[in-house]
Amino acid sequence: MAAERVDLQLIYAQSNVGEVLDALDRDLIGLDPVKTRIREIASLLLVERARRQLGLSAGPPALHMSFTGNPGTGKTTVALRMAEILHRLGYVRKGHVVAVTRDDLVGQYVGHTAPKTKEAIKRALGGVLFIDEAYHLYRPENDRDYGQEAIEILLQAMEAQREDVVVILAGYRDRMERFFQCNPGMSSRIGHHIEFPDYRHGELLLIADRMLERIQYRLSPAARAALDEYLARRMAQARFANARSVRNALDRARLRQASRLFAARGEPLTRERLLTLEEEDIRRSRVFTLPSLEVRP
Amino acid sequence: MRLTQGTFSFLPDLTDEQIRSQLDHALSRGWAIAVEHTRDPHPRNLYWEMWGLPMFDLRDAAGVMQEIRACRAAHPDAYVKVNAFDSTRGWETVRLSFIVQRPADEAGFELARREGPGGVVHYEIRGAARTQRA
Repeated sequence: MAAERVDLQLIYAQSNVGEVLDALDRDLIGLDPVKTRIREIASLLLVERARRQLGLSAGPPALHMSFTGNPGTGKTTVALRMAEILHRLGYVRKGHVVAVTRDDLVGQYVGHTAPKTKEAIKRALGGVLFIDEAYHLYRPENDRDYGQEAIEILLQAMEAQREDVVVILAGYRDRMERFFQCNPGMSSRIGHHIEFPDYRHGELLLIADRMLERIQYRLSPAARAALDEYLARRMAQARFANARSVRNALDRARLRQASRLFAARGEPLTRERLLTLEEEDIRRSRVFTLPSLEVRP
Repeated sequence: MRLTQGTFSFLPDLTDEQIRSQLDHALSRGWAIAVEHTRDPHPRNLYWEMWGLPMFDLRDAAGVMQEIRACRAAHPDAYVKVNAFDSTRGWETVRLSFIVQRPADEAGFELARREGPGGVVHYEIRGAARTQRA
């Protein structure tokens, strides 16, 4: 006879999934709706495990997901964490992530696509297949495009190898929506649609702090004020890519700091000067000279 | 006659579950796994037919099991084995190799004797299965 009670707390503790969820909260700034959704999914999976222990089975839950959001909102980073969560809860055996794009799935000539896609799926077995910019797979303007073939093989794997692989599709929201409209089969096999919001100004500043801390730099107070202003301007300009833009800005600031230090190489170089990004390193960015809301062709 | 080549060959045939555990072990050590098949299992036949390329970047045995099943389906009356290759410097060799399918009727080998000059006898092991080769 099956047991009549099960200790959810024990399952939770044994899976160590709390660790990953806490790390997610701690390491990633903002993204509150995403974190909430992931906690929801984690509790669903936990409860599903508890049900299975009591012999109640509702079939494996649909685990395929789609992550939509603007560039630089942390889709790939979250996918890595998601794989870890699924691994700890025992829904994937290895918990690795195989990140692919159209080029890795779609072949160049007839008969090239199927083996390529199958190969990618094979590598992802036991883990997560992360398909970045998934909508590129579907090109409605060319009805002989091989992308359709890749989609069909993916669909088949998403159905037949549900136990072995979790597929996460990622991309910009509007284009993903169009992709799902054109591929209803794909949409219906995806259990969780997660939307990644843009970061707010304050969050970007915190992200910058976090990034600098990791690479052992710091901003002088004036530089921080300059970065604040920089972000406000950059956000209003074209092709703003959230956290990615922040990282690029910091990389360029490091470049300017290096050339500034090199230009003044006669002076003694202190640890302090090597660590600190000064105001001028930020201020000399092109962003301060370009007009806001500029649209380039 | 039962073919005894490679690891585990004196044991009863491994079940798929056991094969999978062995493969998981090999993958956890970072070995690349290849599936091969032949109808000519002569001990000196080192080069069996390759079933696809060796799988270098797998993390989970499910992918190998998929290939083993496909190879068995395509060659139901051949020997199928898996090799696990260790590319670590200093090893650079197959670390584990075992048979995962044998034909229902194993033809075995025959021992032939040939008398040479001065009554010297040369022995030769002939694969009885050799005649079946396409």
